Amino acid sequence: MAKDEQQILDDVTSSDYKYGFVTDIETEFAPKGLTVDTVRFISAKKEEPKWLLEFRLRAFERWQTMEQPNWAHLKIPEIDFQDIIYYAAPKKKKELESLNEVDPELLDTFNKLGISLEEQKMLSGVAVDAVIDSVSVKTTFSDTLSKLGIVFMSFSEAVKEHPDLVKKYLGKAVPSGDNYFSTLNDAVFSDGSFCYIPKGVRCPVELSTYFRINAANTGQFERTLIVADEGAYVSYLEGCTAPQRDENQLHAAVVEIITMKDAEVKYSTVQNWYPGNKEGKGGIFNFVTKRGICKGDHSKISWTQVETGSAITWKYPSCVLAGDNSVGEFYSVAVTNNYQQADTGSKMIHLGKNTKSTIISKGISAGKSHNSYRGLVKMAKNATNSRNFSQCDSLLLGDKCGAHTFPYIDGQNSSSVIEHEATTSKISEDQLFYCQQRGISQESAVGLIVNGYAKEVLKQLPMEFAVEAQKLLSISLEGSVG
Amino acid sequence: MLLNIKNLHVSIHGKEILKGVNLEVKKGEVHAIMGPNGTGKSTLAAAVAGKDGYEVTKGEILYNGKEIMDLAPEVRAQEGIFLGFQYPVEIPGVSITNFMRTAINEIRKYHGQEAMTAGEFLKKMNEKQKLVEIHSKLKNRSVNEGFSGGEKKKNEIFQMAMLEPQLAILDETDSGLDIDALKIVANGVNKLKTKDNATIVITHYQRLLDYIVPDYVHILFDGKIVMTGGKELALELEEKGYEWIKERVNS
Repeated sequence: MAKDEQQILDDVTSSDYKYGFVTDIETEFAPKGLTVDTVRFISAKKEEPKWLLEFRLRAFERWQTMEQPNWAHLKIPEIDFQDIIYYAAPKKKKELESLNEVDPELLDTFNKLGISLEEQKMLSGVAVDAVIDSVSVKTTFSDTLSKLGIVFMSFSEAVKEHPDLVKKYLGKAVPSGDNYFSTLNDAVFSDGSFCYIPKGVRCPVELSTYFRINAANTGQFERTLIVADEGAYVSYLEGCTAPQRDENQLHAAVVEIITMKDAEVKYSTVQNWYPGNKEGKGGIFNFVTKRGICKGDHSKISWTQVETGSAITWKYPSCVLAGDNSVGEFYSVAVTNNYQQADTGSKMIHLGKNTKSTIISKGISAGKSHNSYRGLVKMAKNATNSRNFSQCDSLLLGDKCGAHTFPYIDGQNSSSVIEHEATTSKISEDQLFYCQQRGISQESAVGLIVNGYAKEVLKQLPMEFAVEAQKLLSISLEGSVG
Repeated sequence: MLLNIKNLHVSIHGKEILKGVNLEVKKGEVHAIMGPNGTGKSTLAAAVAGKDGYEVTKGEILYNGKEIMDLAPEVRAQEGIFLGFQYPVEIPGVSITNFMRTAINEIRKYHGQEAMTAGEFLKKMNEKQKLVEIHSKLKNRSVNEGFSGGEKKKNEIFQMAMLEPQLAILDETDSGLDIDALKIVANGVNKLKTKDNATIVITHYQRLLDYIVPDYVHILFDGKIVMTGGKELALELEEKGYEWIKERVNS
């Protein structure tokens, strides 16, 4: 080969892949499959800086050496990682003319959930009237926030506009290599939210992905990073009660939260991804890594989740209580019906002194489903005078479902107090008859009783979510009794 | 006629408990049903209310002239039948307010009426609480959770006051009550009496009938009503005991 040609080749292969590589990046989709080129493609498409590309590449390399864990109480069909498209440009959903074109079953669910007509239109991809000026709503909203110095935007936008902030905190709660799915996310994450609350600021509104300025579809490898600086407060809502379908089966999101001294973040999730049909076919795999670091003293992170969807749910929103006197909380209602499976719970890692954690987990199993609670409470050697209270309750509807509990306790100092309570119950026929004898139909009775059971968790949710969540619980259990 | 039970035979798990019960209850009446343990008193109540597992093998139950055997329990309730349970269950996490509101609104829906507004409902709750002399802190407690036996029974009467049934069957409402609670419960029942509704009181003891005075007393023995009389019958039974009944029946 001529020296010049060699030089050209060297130049091309060794330089930064600033704008992509062999494949034409103007296309909407990355080619199917996952190779190092796919990772570069994604990064180039998003016009990411070098440090972020390197973050992805290191993660990809690491991921290739890892194996999918198999210790969960879950039957997971084999996932072909090469049969997934890892990048799709923000979807332009075909706009429908009116609600009449929408799947009537979907509309029925919307109505049961009490979702307003305008919102139904938005959720189904129907063109929204000019009357609802969604642009101006968002503009007013983001004005309010920026006046306070609050940063709330899509992750991709944040990388461009606040690269220093993102770089400083990315991977601090969930370090690269933490687990198989989070590491995959590190390599191929699509988009998500970034939120930064400056010192002493209390965010005046509940932040929600619904109002996110760049409301592109969330994608399968969502990445969210929330940072609350000293004395700050924010309440963040993720998800919605409306059933969401997606052609992508694997959802492996990562959510990181970091709180500085005296700060507090409240993170609420309502998850109702498509759970598969009554025979257990199809449905989303929701494998999520969520972790918060209470970095500063007296800081607090609380996770509240209502999980009713997905074929398989595998997640342990956790807190590392590093700062002294910091507090971690986990409130969860997980419902499984038909053939759904869930293995969920929390990890509370106490590192600082006088730290406190609370875990309240309510599992509800129906149909032929299996619902597992898995928790870890760890009191490190220096976490003196720390306390944990855990309560995990299981409610079984019918006799073909399963509820399982796997609590782990690791106490490494003698001044900490760890309390654990567990109950297993079922809705008795007597309770149902009592309700029926008062004129309440059996379906309503189950809804009533289940909501009563989950009350302690539901009351942690911001109000609008709580009302929808109650309805959602009833709907998820339709047909489960009798 | 409000309730007409004709030759009712009821079995539980294949074992026949009621062996041909006849009973007629008209509007405005109070009937007492007495009898030894295991004779079928609660079975009768459960069968009328429509509890699962109580199989009607023969006979009819007519309510307002309509056969109700094929109606689901909630429909019978929506039609106006109320059962005051002997052992009311607990429903943790479900407040009495929420419970009653759900019940009332489902009943109203059945009758084509609109649901009650929150204001109307709370007003009714306060009114009825006063009527049956129930503690005002009741509202936010879970149904029967942590209630003493007496409180549970009072709660049954409170629910009766809220739902305003046409036919109330009170299954041993007096068991476990001290004399003061008994008076309160009886008082409540009496205040709810109208010429359009009727009450069936199932009891062991004559004492309750001093306060809820019956028009008719029936003695249920070995799955059948073997004797019917006025309120004096209860006094006679108290004096002579169930042996007297056995002799009368066997002769």
